[in-house]
Amino acid sequence: MFLKKLVMASAMTLMAGEALADCEISGRVNIVGNEFPAIQTVGNGAKECTGGKVSANLTADHQKINVAGMTGNPAEYTSAIVANSSIVALMNEDVIRPLDDLVAKYGGGLKKNQLITIDGKVMAIAFMANAQHLVYRADILEQAGVNPPSTYEEMLAAAKTIKEQGLMEHPIGGAYMAGWNLAQEFNNMYIGMGGEFFEPGTAKVSINNEAGIAALEMMKALSGYMNPDFLTHDSNATNAEFRAGNVALMNMWGSRAATLPDADGVDPAVKEHMAIAGPMTVGGGKIPATTLWWDGWTVAKNISDEDAAATFKALTYAIRPEILNDTTSPQAVWLIDGYQPTPAAQGVFDAANAGSVPYPMLPYQGLLHSALGAELSDFMQGKEDAATALADAEAAYTTAAKEKGYLN
Amino acid sequence: MSAKAFKQPPALRTFSSAFVIVWLVIAAFPFLWTLWGSFKIELDFFSKADWQNALTGARTFLEHGSPFTGDGYQGAWVQEEFWQAVINTAIVCFFTVAISLTFGTLGGYALSRSTYRYTFWLLIIALIFRAMPPITLVAGYLLPFFEWNLWGILPTTIIVLVAINQPFTLWMLHSFFQKIPKELDESAKVDGCTQFQAFRHVIIPVMWPGVITTGLFSFLLAYNDFAVTSMLLSKENQTMVPKIASFLGTTQTEGNVMFAVAAVVSATAPLFILVMFFQRQIVSGLTQGAVKG
Amino acid sequence: MKHKTFFWFILPTATAMLLFIALPIVSVVTQSLFTPHEQILKTVENCTPFNCTESTVVDLEATEKQRVEQPLGRWAGLSIYLDRGHLATTAIAEAWNTRTSLGNFVDRLGNLPFYRAMSFTLTYTFVVTPLLIVLGFVIAVAVNSLHRHLKGLVIFFSLLPMIVSPLIGSLVLFWMIDSRGVLGTGLQWLLSNPDLSLKASTELTWIMLIVYGVWHSAPFAFVVFYAGLQTLPQDTMESAMIDGATRWQQTKYVVIPHLMPLVTFVALIQLMDNFRVFEPIVGFNAEAHASSLSWFIFNDLGGETRLLSSASASSVLTIIGVAILLSPVLVRTWRDFNAKG
Repeated sequence: MFLKKLVMASAMTLMAGEALADCEISGRVNIVGNEFPAIQTVGNGAKECTGGKVSANLTADHQKINVAGMTGNPAEYTSAIVANSSIVALMNEDVIRPLDDLVAKYGGGLKKNQLITIDGKVMAIAFMANAQHLVYRADILEQAGVNPPSTYEEMLAAAKTIKEQGLMEHPIGGAYMAGWNLAQEFNNMYIGMGGEFFEPGTAKVSINNEAGIAALEMMKALSGYMNPDFLTHDSNATNAEFRAGNVALMNMWGSRAATLPDADGVDPAVKEHMAIAGPMTVGGGKIPATTLWWDGWTVAKNISDEDAAATFKALTYAIRPEILNDTTSPQAVWLIDGYQPTPAAQGVFDAANAGSVPYPMLPYQGLLHSALGAELSDFMQGKEDAATALADAEAAYTTAAKEKGYLN
Repeated sequence: MSAKAFKQPPALRTFSSAFVIVWLVIAAFPFLWTLWGSFKIELDFFSKADWQNALTGARTFLEHGSPFTGDGYQGAWVQEEFWQAVINTAIVCFFTVAISLTFGTLGGYALSRSTYRYTFWLLIIALIFRAMPPITLVAGYLLPFFEWNLWGILPTTIIVLVAINQPFTLWMLHSFFQKIPKELDESAKVDGCTQFQAFRHVIIPVMWPGVITTGLFSFLLAYNDFAVTSMLLSKENQTMVPKIASFLGTTQTEGNVMFAVAAVVSATAPLFILVMFFQRQIVSGLTQGAVKG
Repeated sequence: MKHKTFFWFILPTATAMLLFIALPIVSVVTQSLFTPHEQILKTVENCTPFNCTESTVVDLEATEKQRVEQPLGRWAGLSIYLDRGHLATTAIAEAWNTRTSLGNFVDRLGNLPFYRAMSFTLTYTFVVTPLLIVLGFVIAVAVNSLHRHLKGLVIFFSLLPMIVSPLIGSLVLFWMIDSRGVLGTGLQWLLSNPDLSLKASTELTWIMLIVYGVWHSAPFAFVVFYAGLQTLPQDTMESAMIDGATRWQQTKYVVIPHLMPLVTFVALIQLMDNFRVFEPIVGFNAEAHASSLSWFIFNDLGGETRLLSSASASSVLTIIGVAILLSPVLVRTWRDFNAKG
């Protein structure tokens, strides 16, 4: 419900909104982050500030350099733009600072739900949200005489009908590429099945259970309706399949929905009949089989207070309501005051409203993600059973967690 | 070469020509295909619907009214400023090759002229150094480079590439110098030259073919490197290969594959010119330098 | 050459290698023997844009204290080398003790990441290296007999697979071998199997990677052998002719022995490079079917949480692997060196 409230509130602020004073800073600002358009917008916004040097290094490899770039004293980067999965690495290395005093001083324009609070301290300011949800072809579903699925079981049934009627050979699409993507799909499904990744309060993994096996069996069943190369398909390849008109149903990132029908030469039928809906549930569970994501910025610890204040001011300025216009609004599901959701943002809103859970911000979640990515592909290829695959993933995780000191 | 010794019977000649043609097709086909496809739109190049679209450009025709479009090139060069990466690559390649060869010729010459046993061990150690995966080396550099403010700039990358390339350069140049008769510099030394003067006046004039060949391999390393350049260069200093990789997009965001394809073709063109221009030197360099295990 | 002169000549290259290769190797070896401190966890409340939940974080103050006391981390000895991600000694012992048959033991060995990676890496290395040497040799001989005006062009096109970055080269091929790409469709038509997919089966993926490996590296062997052919001793060839040697005999007794040192050189470099196979695995998205030590390192360093000790141990294992692989060649070089001595 929070997003709905946010939109209502923002609509009102927009009317009463007054342009903020220009951004005047005294200090150095250097931002490291991913390079997608929404982040570029934020980077450019920060660069409008005057009085200090503002630079940004926005690159897909940001995660490999941000810890090293913030470790020195003074740190090269005064801010890193992160997501809920990647803030953990910065927290573990203790390179970002709590922002409470800066929020109190300069953060008047920020909304409470933009503040990422860990252990009572504000550690990051979120500016956009993302989630995976259903994307489908309304025309194909209509021809097959099925409704848009609200559960994965319905998705299987719909795919079966579409295939039997000869409408499509491989009606389901999915980013099942071995590695990060496959593990992410497992996470979704496991959460949907009501599973818990770890024993509460510890780093001890517990995925080799009924929920885990059910999640894998469901993934296997879905893959039966996918292109046989599914283990090499990342979200780019899955989107390409959809654009070419080979896929009728897929679980796709909300951030990709806006540009999905836009590219050059997309089949007119795809362009016209693409539709989106909220994420699906699975196994009779109430929680949708998806995760919520936020992107936000942090401020480095090892820099002078002056630089920290400059960074905070510049980045707050970069996500002020006035940055939203016809170009920037469709770039993301913004968490900024005054954001009017575009139709493409509907899936992410539905995901949030349906009670989806955020991707866990646990220090060791990344280790489990890597372990799952490496070990589950054997099961997907039918080389071993679900329990063995999960046991392998647990063993791989335990090895890594021991090395990092989370387990003894 | 002696025509007599290599005179081939017609059957063999036909077979060997046919083999060369088959090999050329195998070697060049992917690139000709890419060149052709670079003037199409993504859905044609990927040809998910029907592979023949990649040839006919059916969807490109629907979008642009012609089966060819220069959009990929326009996007890569104008919108994404690929030329900046080209300039960076030129700088990196030039200095990497120049410095590699300077260091390598001095070292390789010394290794070839010294008869002490440690030269053998030095060569073996260099070989072991080469076995180290570059990706681990690079991960180790990050922290000190950030600390000393050396990260992100071209000179750092150049010196790292030089260092990583030294083992191979040393091995090649060492074998090359061994083929230059020792009597040449010995006699210069008898005439009163120091070792360096002998090197400078006697060896340098005759070493070019081997140096050019080694230079070609150094050049290719710097030109194609991804592991080092993607990790050690900031966005504005990126060279071509990481720049192309960045066109491909990430999990949650759309890439622009056709920019990448156009950039790949653009990146191969200078190599074509280079090889055509230097092929005589390359071949003659290999001829005289030769590499010896 | 005097030691002192030698020193000055070797100084620049030695400094570069010491600073940028030797020092990192020392730090990598150290890193592989230590692991991060035990992380002290505590449960706190986290709030995101979506909700507030109980969650676990690392207690930084407590952990920081340990870090100051022992900056290198915990001494781990060889435990990282022996853990499941690497040599997996415990798992092997268990698999051996509880085996039902030898096949069962081998299966369970193949389920451990390191041995699975080795099975691919060694197959790849020992199939690709000889094939590319043979192919490179045949191309070199064939190109050598061409008319001299054709040679330049042919050399350029022959070099193409090598001079284009592996990252891009494998990407281009990856697009082509898709089951609806031009090569994929061609193969389906050739084998009249419309469901054939090169990317979906492990065996076909291995074959695809091996073909790519040969295609990519053959030009290197070609260039080196081609150069070697230019220096063939003509008088030996001619006397062989006069003695009535057949073309095959000439090749066998004159050409191949002449090129032998070059074969050693190519084998040395290619064994090393193929053992470290990495780019094709990433380029072909083949993680599900094939992996290598270099890929482990990439995976350890590329996750959300980086496993530095594990990546270091994999790097050291790579060096050891290369050393073992090259030892026969090195022993030969040592003998040659002493003979020359």
